Amino acid sequence: MPSKTNSTRLSVLKTYKLYIGGQFPRTESGRYYVVNDGSGNPLANACLSSRKDLRDAVSAARVAFGGWSGRTAYNRGQILYRMAEVLESRQPEMTRELQQSGSSTAQAKKEITACIETLIHYAGWCDKYQQLFSTVNPVASSHYNFSVPEPMGVVGIVSSSENALLGLVQVMCAAIAGGNTCVILANTESPLASISFAEVLATSDLPGGVVNILTGKVPELLPWMAGHMDVNAILCDPSTAIARAGLEQTATSNLKRVITLKKEDILSPYRILDLQEIKTTWHPIENIAPSGAAY
Amino acid sequence: MAKKTKPLRFDTDWKYDPAPESASAAKINEQYDLFMDGRWQKPLSGKYFETINPANEKTLSRVADASEKDVDRAVRSARQAYEKVWKKMAPAERGKYIFRIARMMQEKARELAIIETLEGGKPIRESRDFDVPTAAQHFFYYAGWADKLNYAFPNKKTAPLGVAAQIIPWNFPLLMAAWKIAPALATGNTVVLKPAETTSLTALKLAEIIQEADLPPGVVNIITGAGKTGAAMVNHPDVNKIAFTGSTEVGKIIQRSIAGTNKRSTLELGGKAANIVFEDAAIDQAVEGVVNGIFFNQGHVCCAGSRLYLQESIAKEFIQKLKDRVATLIVGDPMDKNTDIGAINSKNQLDTILKYIQIGKKEGSAIYQPACSLPKKGFWCPPTLFTDVAQSNRIVQEEIFGPVLAILTFRTDDEVIEKANNTPYGLSAGVWTDKGSRIFNMTRRLRAGVVWANTFNKFDAASPFGGYKESGFGREGGLHGLTPYLEIL
Repeated sequence: MPSKTNSTRLSVLKTYKLYIGGQFPRTESGRYYVVNDGSGNPLANACLSSRKDLRDAVSAARVAFGGWSGRTAYNRGQILYRMAEVLESRQPEMTRELQQSGSSTAQAKKEITACIETLIHYAGWCDKYQQLFSTVNPVASSHYNFSVPEPMGVVGIVSSSENALLGLVQVMCAAIAGGNTCVILANTESPLASISFAEVLATSDLPGGVVNILTGKVPELLPWMAGHMDVNAILCDPSTAIARAGLEQTATSNLKRVITLKKEDILSPYRILDLQEIKTTWHPIENIAPSGAAY
Repeated sequence: MAKKTKPLRFDTDWKYDPAPESASAAKINEQYDLFMDGRWQKPLSGKYFETINPANEKTLSRVADASEKDVDRAVRSARQAYEKVWKKMAPAERGKYIFRIARMMQEKARELAIIETLEGGKPIRESRDFDVPTAAQHFFYYAGWADKLNYAFPNKKTAPLGVAAQIIPWNFPLLMAAWKIAPALATGNTVVLKPAETTSLTALKLAEIIQEADLPPGVVNIITGAGKTGAAMVNHPDVNKIAFTGSTEVGKIIQRSIAGTNKRSTLELGGKAANIVFEDAAIDQAVEGVVNGIFFNQGHVCCAGSRLYLQESIAKEFIQKLKDRVATLIVGDPMDKNTDIGAINSKNQLDTILKYIQIGKKEGSAIYQPACSLPKKGFWCPPTLFTDVAQSNRIVQEEIFGPVLAILTFRTDDEVIEKANNTPYGLSAGVWTDKGSRIFNMTRRLRAGVVWANTFNKFDAASPFGGYKESGFGREGGLHGLTPYLEIL
């Protein structure tokens, strides 16, 4: 481990833990792995999450789902905006974090800025995509009939393998702006910024459990996520080199929707729609004017 | 507090005389080949199988059993039609072909209804008033979309997917064919469609209409066969899209077999809908709605209201009224215009239903079936109510797909939401109450793709239909029904 000393003071090293249900627990497995910096030198020990951590995270996401999806869209929008505010104020720290993982200063700054812009963009969508994708349906009977998008539920997410932080923010926004809760498997090689970003989440009025972040080996955790009976959908960043056939086969257990993120069109309400179901509601209209009379 | 209402009285001196529709108004060939490339072609397998009338077990016709090679021929003709004709055609012209099909279906509505009832066992009143008109409406509705796709998705362009393999069930044979074919054609795809093996005839009749409408050869191919034929369609490498309606079990097999490929899919699968009645509901209307919810089409409906949740305060009164009403249902000849409950679609399905009735009894539930005389030949099941049922019972958890209703009770809205959503399915749900704010409280919290408030089992070409969770994904009907057949660019 780097000692990070200077002449006057021994610096305090940060312990990177998981983010589950709004808390920062260590992995229950007691396992860890060494995360290297850009030059291959050890940087920190990260939690090597287990199947049980995943289970805990899914439980937390399920518990949080009712509250999060039930909030007003306006409120969800304000919370996403708050995330952008908090990230803005933590720019220097987060930039340093990315630099440690091997990004140049310019790259790091650019990535953090893009994260903030993404959050702001999606904050604005929270109370608008419904109006784009809802319909009132002109049925040929005396009924009032309308269709609205609703969140799928708990979304399991495989985060990007490049631009670790921006990739995480993109998939997270697509999921939570639409009222879903999620469990994110962070980038294996550079997970530290993701966990530091969890501190932004924890101080942004985001209810615990809406976003849960696990570090560790994606190939180890993904089959359990794909097979978990209380996960409704899997969202994969296209950069992740995962075997789709195996993932999709396992996901069949409870007919999960498996979605590959369209990165080329990331700032779009269609990314929110990817993780929505459409609900259609019918109600009779009393036939009060059969003679055609106005009232 | 339970309202004091009079019991429903249905006893009367009036008796119904038989009012049979005439089978002779429909023409059924002795044998049908495969409709591919705009022509009727003999199956390479050389095999045919019989299709029967489930109301009297008499043979109606023989239809071709398409082999893997036949499927390949059908897909090739669909591919060729897609590349050479259909995707190049001006969208408005595409639309006009589809309008034509809708109109011809309306012209032949009576004949289609008769065949649907003869082969499927459903009451002629339902095939005449619901199946056939709604099927025609689907073609008419989607025809109009063909040249308007650029308006459907804000800020986006669209492109068709290519060849769609469509596999449909036996409960609404013609209507399901329309649900599948109409949006696929409107969006510029070509089609290979396979009806279920017990109900091939109306799809073949539709093939005749398509031929008569002069649709370019190969744009729609209709082939017949059983599960093996369907599997060959799903696994064919040159298919871009699978659209399936049927059981969750088969849906999962399909999802597994196309895992890792670029084939897109829409799955409309099983359901176990909760139908919830609050004490402030219009009780007599709710009784009618519950009857329609479970006994429509002999309960062979994926979105049937097969779990009835009654608020405790009205449960006793409601169950009595329901029994009184069920006792008046006419079970028998599907061709009789007075019949409420027709024949069970097949021997296989009857066995499944009877198995579940035995399970219900063994689990300790109380069964009610009205006294009614059932015909000797054919497959029949009287309307069946189960009370004293627990949430964990198999007749509450599993889809029966027959005229069997499990009745449970609840006290609060939170309790009934918990119970209603406690199922792997999420296709539909119903709620009966006179309180507007409660309607929206319930309809928002029910995790299902279609929610009927103070009504049940309503369908329309303009209304999206499809499930949450293990009831499948994708929507059919309405603007949302275009998406599964398009690349949104």
